[in-house]
Amino acid sequence: MAAPDNIIVADKVRKEFGGLVASDDIDFTIARGAIVSLIGPNGAGKTTFFNQLTGVYKPTSGKIVFDGHEITYLPPHAITKLGIGRTFQNIRLFSQMTALENVLVGMHSRLTGGIIGSILHTRRVKREEAAAEETAKELLAYCGLPGRAGQWAGSMAYGDQRRLEVARALATQPKLLLLDEPTAGMNPQETAEFTGFVRKVRDDKGLTVLLIEHDMKVIMGVSERITVLDYGAKIAEGTPAEIQTDERVIEAYLGKGAAA
Amino acid sequence: MTSLVDSARRVTAGHRDRWLVPALVVLALAYPWLEDTLQSLPLIGDFIPSTESMVVIFAFTMMAVGLNIVVGYAGLLDLGYVAFYAVGAYTAAWFASQQFNQVTFHFFSSVPKDQPGIHITMWAVLVAAGVLTLVSGILIGLPTLRLRGDYLAIVTLGFGEIVPQVVRNGDNIGGFDLTHGTFGIAPIDPAGFVALSWLGLPENFQQSEDRKLWYYVVALALVLITVFCSVRLRDSRLGRAWIAIREDETAAAAMGVPLMRTKTWSYAIGAFFGGVAGAYYASFRGGAFPADFYFQFSVFLLCMVILGGMGSVWGVVVGALFLGYLDREGLSTIGSKIQEAGVDFDPTKYQFGIYGVIIVAMMLLRPAGLIPERRHRIELEEGVHDTPFYDVTTEGTLTDRDPSDD
Repeated sequence: MAAPDNIIVADKVRKEFGGLVASDDIDFTIARGAIVSLIGPNGAGKTTFFNQLTGVYKPTSGKIVFDGHEITYLPPHAITKLGIGRTFQNIRLFSQMTALENVLVGMHSRLTGGIIGSILHTRRVKREEAAAEETAKELLAYCGLPGRAGQWAGSMAYGDQRRLEVARALATQPKLLLLDEPTAGMNPQETAEFTGFVRKVRDDKGLTVLLIEHDMKVIMGVSERITVLDYGAKIAEGTPAEIQTDERVIEAYLGKGAAA
Repeated sequence: MTSLVDSARRVTAGHRDRWLVPALVVLALAYPWLEDTLQSLPLIGDFIPSTESMVVIFAFTMMAVGLNIVVGYAGLLDLGYVAFYAVGAYTAAWFASQQFNQVTFHFFSSVPKDQPGIHITMWAVLVAAGVLTLVSGILIGLPTLRLRGDYLAIVTLGFGEIVPQVVRNGDNIGGFDLTHGTFGIAPIDPAGFVALSWLGLPENFQQSEDRKLWYYVVALALVLITVFCSVRLRDSRLGRAWIAIREDETAAAAMGVPLMRTKTWSYAIGAFFGGVAGAYYASFRGGAFPADFYFQFSVFLLCMVILGGMGSVWGVVVGALFLGYLDREGLSTIGSKIQEAGVDFDPTKYQFGIYGVIIVAMMLLRPAGLIPERRHRIELEEGVHDTPFYDVTTEGTLTDRDPSDD
């Protein structure tokens, strides 16, 4: 079976929390290999949509297909295993674990060591663990944290925690990487570095990247396509240039009459 | 074999002195021979526990280390651990006593062949007890582990009460006497090396001259096996997943950790050790009695874990030895000393009050336990960067997910 051109196909995805419609029949596709941004004012339903892609929320109705597999009602770990890795808006590292251990947890679904094997330290488990450690250290170095494997995640500086979250997400061996406001709290220089890094990851690993961002510089600089949400509904979609001149987008951000 | 030395070192890693643990093990092994000498020492001699008490204390230690897998590693507050002790004890009672005298079945048993009932060698019974409690851990875990935090604690508390109730009322299940009701089942066959008696090993511990010694050595071996498995599991793929769940369930799931399966394993493996310890203790006592399986015992074990340091295997061992000692001998010895001094105060009457004071004092002075887990120590000493303030509430919880999780 040839891999479909669109890695994500979301069809009329709807999520209601009581009377609140957080996702209003969103149709959404991401082309394989693209860097796509999801933007919108605060409370537009970006993270809710993210959480449906990763299985944290179940949609009220609609369908999500990832890489040819329907994932609408799959639990998060099964979706991760299929190849969606993510970071969190408010950093959610395992702070009482080392950087290395954080990355190793990310590799959980790619490892096979069982209970008996772990107790007896069979040759297979030992070899697997050693190889995993090696890979994890390479990943840390790749994400700009060389030699930091033994440091406690909770005691790392904020920017490094962001990097570690990306390293952990990459450890799940994703085909699609979801970054939820990755540059929040970074200074302009860190932000610029990070933007370059996202592009590099995509090219090196052949990933598709979906970003949620507020920083317009990042969005316009890195994304190939942008989708705009407002009040849970998709109001625009297109290239950065198109979005910048879209009336509905300007209205959503700045209010009625601002476009004139 | 360098690998054996290597793995011993790894298990004891984290301690500055890697010879400390082997030395303590040797000392523990020598204890039955040192007992008389130690007890004849001035001042402290009266406070030295007997070898028999040590057997019980070791059984408690094993349970505490098992409970630590659930509470300390995976962060699941289990208030009903006593249920697994009960399942273990009754497994021993069913497969090694005259309870089911409708049949007569012997398998390397240490009792005379003409006794009715099922009599299986205690070694097989210990394994069976572990497996049965593991299965009951899975059965109890599957419906309950979907809950989080306080809710989980309440439901496990419920199961901890249900199992003893079933045991107390199980003497007439459709006319069938499963548990012998409030009387309990006694006597349970003693352990023994039936197939190895030609080596000069005792066929029946209870009738052996070195009764105390054999029970002690086996109990120590069981504790060491439990500690070994516990440490190995902690440092494995599964152990990492447990700690990840303890730290942040949502993030763990997003990293590919199957929550239900991983939590259930922690519950089941914790139960396994509780069951084996329960069966061994029942065999040592010679019976399984429903009066033992009260909520207080779950709390007692939990106190050992908290006192020692949640998640820290060696800490829990120390906590269990200490509280186990107080429970078996310490409090009454101290009490008799106080009364000798002419004060009318009996600490054994205030047992749980005293444990409470100890726990409160610990929380004030050393909140992470006697020997804190490496991870907690770091957090307390180095501090952790504050998490950003914004948008913590909109991040998803897993409570609205449907139960098709696994």
